[in-house]
Amino acid sequence: MFTMLKLRSGNYMEIPKSFLGYKRENGRTGTRNHVIILPVDDISNACAEAVANNIKGTIALPHSYGRLQFGADLELHFRTMIGTGSNPNVAAVIVIGIEPKWTKKIVDGIAKTGKPVEGFHIERTGDIGTVMKASKKAQEFVMWASEKQREECPISDLWISVKCGESDTTSGLAANPTVGNLMDKLEPLGVHLCFGETSELTGAEKVCATRGATKEASDKFMKTWSAYNDFILKEATDDLSESQPTAGNIAGGLTTIEEKAFGNFQKIGNCKFVDVLEPAEEPKKGKGLYFMDTSSAAAECVTLQAAAGFNIHLFPTGQGNIVGNPIEPVIKLTANPLTVKGMGEHIDCDVSKILSREMNMSQAGDKLIETTLKVANGRLTCAEALGHREFVMTKLYRSA
Amino acid sequence: MGLIYKILENSNKQIDTIYMATDIIIHDQKDNVGVVVIEKITPKQDCKCWIMENDSSANIQSMDEIPLGHKIAMVDLKEGDTILKYGHDIGKVVKPIKKGEHVHVHNVKTKKW
Repeated sequence: MFTMLKLRSGNYMEIPKSFLGYKRENGRTGTRNHVIILPVDDISNACAEAVANNIKGTIALPHSYGRLQFGADLELHFRTMIGTGSNPNVAAVIVIGIEPKWTKKIVDGIAKTGKPVEGFHIERTGDIGTVMKASKKAQEFVMWASEKQREECPISDLWISVKCGESDTTSGLAANPTVGNLMDKLEPLGVHLCFGETSELTGAEKVCATRGATKEASDKFMKTWSAYNDFILKEATDDLSESQPTAGNIAGGLTTIEEKAFGNFQKIGNCKFVDVLEPAEEPKKGKGLYFMDTSSAAAECVTLQAAAGFNIHLFPTGQGNIVGNPIEPVIKLTANPLTVKGMGEHIDCDVSKILSREMNMSQAGDKLIETTLKVANGRLTCAEALGHREFVMTKLYRSA
Repeated sequence: MGLIYKILENSNKQIDTIYMATDIIIHDQKDNVGVVVIEKITPKQDCKCWIMENDSSANIQSMDEIPLGHKIAMVDLKEGDTILKYGHDIGKVVKPIKKGEHVHVHNVKTKKW
């Protein structure tokens, strides 16, 4: 008498086979149609912001780095810059840097997608002259982009990234498994999926490794996690038991890092990952789930996933993380009724009824699919409406 | 009986759902702990438990006051036992725990470090 009555087994709803997106020159599909002003380096932020202020409908992406970096850290900088410009949610790009060489490298990288991109360097011209030239081009780009219409695209054009934050026990109980349910339902339809957070899989790393679709994928995951763990052991003055879980996690009922990690891990449902990606690396093995080596800091992780080409993001939260991204819409869901009550303006999808058993996991997964498709079709996320545009570069080590 | 009948509107199709409010949720049949999902449970309270994995139910009498989000022992546990949640090892018992008692940092530790 306590069992849930289902009219049909499994899904409660038919999953739509298409959504309305922007088709790009390279065959990818965007859920947004942004024209971005991308500074190559920290000192070009002012110029980029001035252009975005001049030309309505453009977005500047200021950040803190891009000078005197070298080696793998510099490579990651370029990969993040080029990947951000290449993301299908971006229609056209203005690149502004202090020097011509690095500016051109980024322009050339983005130009491979076939989208309009133009670079400007400030040296020998100054901010004012550069702003004038770049603004004229930005106006041209944004008016061109504004003619673009959404077209019907197969659901397999969705590239969905996930990351959780401000987690509590409701995350592991309900919000993260809701994302897992969505993955289980959408993966067979040919979408790309991505999860990251190397640090917050500690405790569940061996189980996570078994979810590699191939031995290569599993081995690559363990190698990536071990490299991270070695770094922690080398740098940490003590173990992580004071930081993972945090005091807030413990107050919310989480006892160990393993418990937190298994909660985190619920986000991938029963899917297996086909490959392990470097930070900001574009997936190359076709549809399916990928693991990306990322920090567990929200803005850094989403920035890297967006730079890898993911066009819509799902962000389950417990206590209420508020992060957004300038080019990839970030959908928040929570199962914590107090978070819905206290900061509802940040929550796109409320699945708190799972805890009171007014909703089962499959219904919650369906609700999240509906929300995801609405946002893919153009509905603003809470983070977009509230102006959250966190664009945070991952830095591997200090600059020269 | 605590049974509530509800019609959910979902994707233009009506779904008949019978649900029952629960005090504790258990992820997996194998788990030896459950999570409190009401504001708090009090000592000697008869609690209703829902096992998500197979959508079954159980009952337990609490021994302690346990707040929302915190765990309760579903069985007696002795020092060295493994705590199972999500069907997985999430740590070891460092102090004996009786069925119905609060399970947290005072009686469970990570095996990681």
